[in-house]
Amino acid sequence: MSFFNNITSNHIDILKEIGNIGAGHSATALSTLLNKKIDMKVPVVRVVSFDEMMELVGGPDHVVASVFLRIEGDAPGSMFFVLSLKQASRFIQYLTGEKNESYEDLVSSDLGLSALQELGNILSGTYLSSLSDFTNLNLYPTVPALSIDMVGAILGYGLLELSQVSDYAIIIDAAINEVDQQNHDCVNGQFFLLPDPDSFEKLFRALGVNEDESS
Amino acid sequence: MNQVDQTIKVGIADMNVVKSPQTIRTSGLGSCVGVIIYDEYLNVAGLVHIMLPDSSHAKSGNLNHAKYADTGIAELIKLVMIKGGRANFLKAKIAGGAQMFPFLSNSDLMRIGPRNVDAVKLELEKYRIDLVASDVGGNQGRTIEFNPSTASLTIRTVNQGIKII
Repeated sequence: MSFFNNITSNHIDILKEIGNIGAGHSATALSTLLNKKIDMKVPVVRVVSFDEMMELVGGPDHVVASVFLRIEGDAPGSMFFVLSLKQASRFIQYLTGEKNESYEDLVSSDLGLSALQELGNILSGTYLSSLSDFTNLNLYPTVPALSIDMVGAILGYGLLELSQVSDYAIIIDAAINEVDQQNHDCVNGQFFLLPDPDSFEKLFRALGVNEDESS
Repeated sequence: MNQVDQTIKVGIADMNVVKSPQTIRTSGLGSCVGVIIYDEYLNVAGLVHIMLPDSSHAKSGNLNHAKYADTGIAELIKLVMIKGGRANFLKAKIAGGAQMFPFLSNSDLMRIGPRNVDAVKLELEKYRIDLVASDVGGNQGRTIEFNPSTASLTIRTVNQGIKII
């Protein structure tokens, strides 16, 4: 794909801004939902090989809870909201008021899983609708799916479109976390946005930058 | 290089070959399929981590053979034979090809797990390699490790523990 060869720092900045706006709105939504102060980290845009991407979340073997949805419309892509199991059970505790959710209970409790899926739904929906407003592109999320499994097995799905044309992925990595003074176990989660190969051009054009401005 | 007792790791869309006492593993197979081709008597085994069924839609210039079922298996057979495997004694075991997110199955690409499995089986038939055992489908990730000296494939999943085929 020619695009990977002539990506400029300007492009990276645009993608960062996408992460910034999306995750910013999600942080607000989460804050309202949990009635807690939520902060976000400056998003990072990475060009990584597939194996490196797995390492970002703890390696392909690592077990995480992830909400996955496909973006349909003008600029298709994949989106993941990834939580460690510990974080996932903490979210469930916050949302359901249940205090004794261990990781094992988490996997087997319908209410917990449903709460987690809804959380992912709200947060990624917010991310996406703010992105849609910002770019004036029509972006529709599919029904999100929750999976608690190995990183490799989950993120592999986001790579399918890309893998047909490239051995590298551009991911927009944005994290949100609870602002808490002493408590180190505060909630946090990571968003991964993986636009499909053809979507980059549309995203850039929608934001007023030419894809091949460098050439 | 000394051959020590060790495990060789294979990444996504990657392949490698080992000889006992080495073992070979790949982690986090979802819709991807892990194919092991081995010569039982010479304790040689190769593993390829396949992502997509066929390379005909590939758009990029330099093709990564290990990514596709059609090119990956042919290439793996070559590698196993270079390492000493004999064409008439090659056997195969496969695992993976899960459908991680069942209700997204309307799109062709999301049904990739079963399509990968079909493509792999077809290729194995083409090269007349006996498919000895398989653990495919389902909706969970797998980490697999093959030991050439016992020809056993250990499959680890998150919810169903460890299984040996």
